[in-house]
Amino acid sequence: MSIKIKALSKSPWVFHVSAASCNNCDIEILDCFTPRFDVERFGVQLIGSVRHADALVVTGVINKKTIPLVKKVYEQASKPCLVIAVGTCSCSQHMFRFGYNVIEPLDKILPVSVYIPGCPPKPEAIILGIVKALGTLKKK
Amino acid sequence: MFFKQLFYYLIFPGFLFASVVGLLAGWVDRKVSARIQYRVGPPWYQNFVDIIKLFGKEIITPPGRAFTFLFAPLMGIVSSTIVASFLGLVLLNSQSIFFADLIIVIYLLTVPAISLIIGASASANPLASIGVSREIKMVLGYELPFILSLAIVIIKAGSLRLADIINYQLLNGSLALSWSGAIGLIVAFLCIQAKLGFVPFDAPEADQEIMCGTLIEYSGLPLAIFRLTRFILLYTLPLFLIIIFLSGDIKLTSLGIKFLLILVAIILVKNTNPRLRIDQAIRFFWKILTPLAVLGVILAFLGK
Repeated sequence: MSIKIKALSKSPWVFHVSAASCNNCDIEILDCFTPRFDVERFGVQLIGSVRHADALVVTGVINKKTIPLVKKVYEQASKPCLVIAVGTCSCSQHMFRFGYNVIEPLDKILPVSVYIPGCPPKPEAIILGIVKALGTLKKK
Repeated sequence: MFFKQLFYYLIFPGFLFASVVGLLAGWVDRKVSARIQYRVGPPWYQNFVDIIKLFGKEIITPPGRAFTFLFAPLMGIVSSTIVASFLGLVLLNSQSIFFADLIIVIYLLTVPAISLIIGASASANPLASIGVSREIKMVLGYELPFILSLAIVIIKAGSLRLADIINYQLLNGSLALSWSGAIGLIVAFLCIQAKLGFVPFDAPEADQEIMCGTLIEYSGLPLAIFRLTRFILLYTLPLFLIIIFLSGDIKLTSLGIKFLLILVAIILVKNTNPRLRIDQAIRFFWKILTPLAVLGVILAFLGK
């Protein structure tokens, strides 16, 4: 395991992509940064600009309007960059899978490393998911 | 002789030492902030890991403007390194290298802000341009009271050399104990808060509002260099404050205690204040701090 990957797994900076979600997953993601869960212990930081990101946390149903936006955001991130699907909507389109504007799930568009199901997932589940995502990074 | 100089600038009081102390000071910042918010906070090596990680990331440059975009961070880190080694050498040898090194230090401390302005303008991002306009206004705001507060020291010590200022205070006690010196210390402290880009004065890179503003387009190595510049300044500026106002006693332990006290004071101000709008910040600097600094200069002329 090279030192670059090791450093990356110790300080993942997370960019929050909210692609037409109902805001519940977004609130649960922000819960991870509160005193009770405090993911800054592991070096995780929520950052404002995609260029600084090491992991994209995608929430919401990816629909016809948000597909080009999500693709663009992923292209703008500096690689290596993980994609983490949070919530059942971005994992498997949930109850919206027969919707008129829902075309394909997130993993057909971007290389997703970890799926965190739940509606919304608990902060503990999100932390576990991020740990597993960093584990996949170490295997590569 | 040449290698000795190189050692001074690159290793001991210079780049390596300043960045290690700066990164540790950055950890103190994050840890104290976390404790204030009832969190646990990151481990001590977190900032080192962040910098190493950024070295390994892809560098994205705006097409056609790559040279200016990549040259700007170098300017900032070189100037802040030179300031760090000047201050370290003055404390080590207690003699200045130049005739008026205080003036040179004032100039070099402005260069990191200018490098940020140049680099962010080269990125041609609309949010970065908002950040740039705010950074320029901020520089205009804090430079005047900062230089006036240093004028107090120059009048009291009667010299432009850092070594003479230290010797004056070693003989007569710290300048901060006199009335004009205390006013100067308060004004310079608040200006340093703005120079570091910490919270009441962080409108240029407001994280939640304009997404890191001036740094928005930077990634990988140049971003690491900008962050390292910020950390070196976090070591250099409190040290500069100590040399100018509080060098009545420059033994290693008392230097360390003073450094930690100033650092924690900066962090407390950062954590207990909301962000000022840019017009409020300018009004604060020009209408409150500048008259205060002028009062200090008048008191210094009267010998108080």
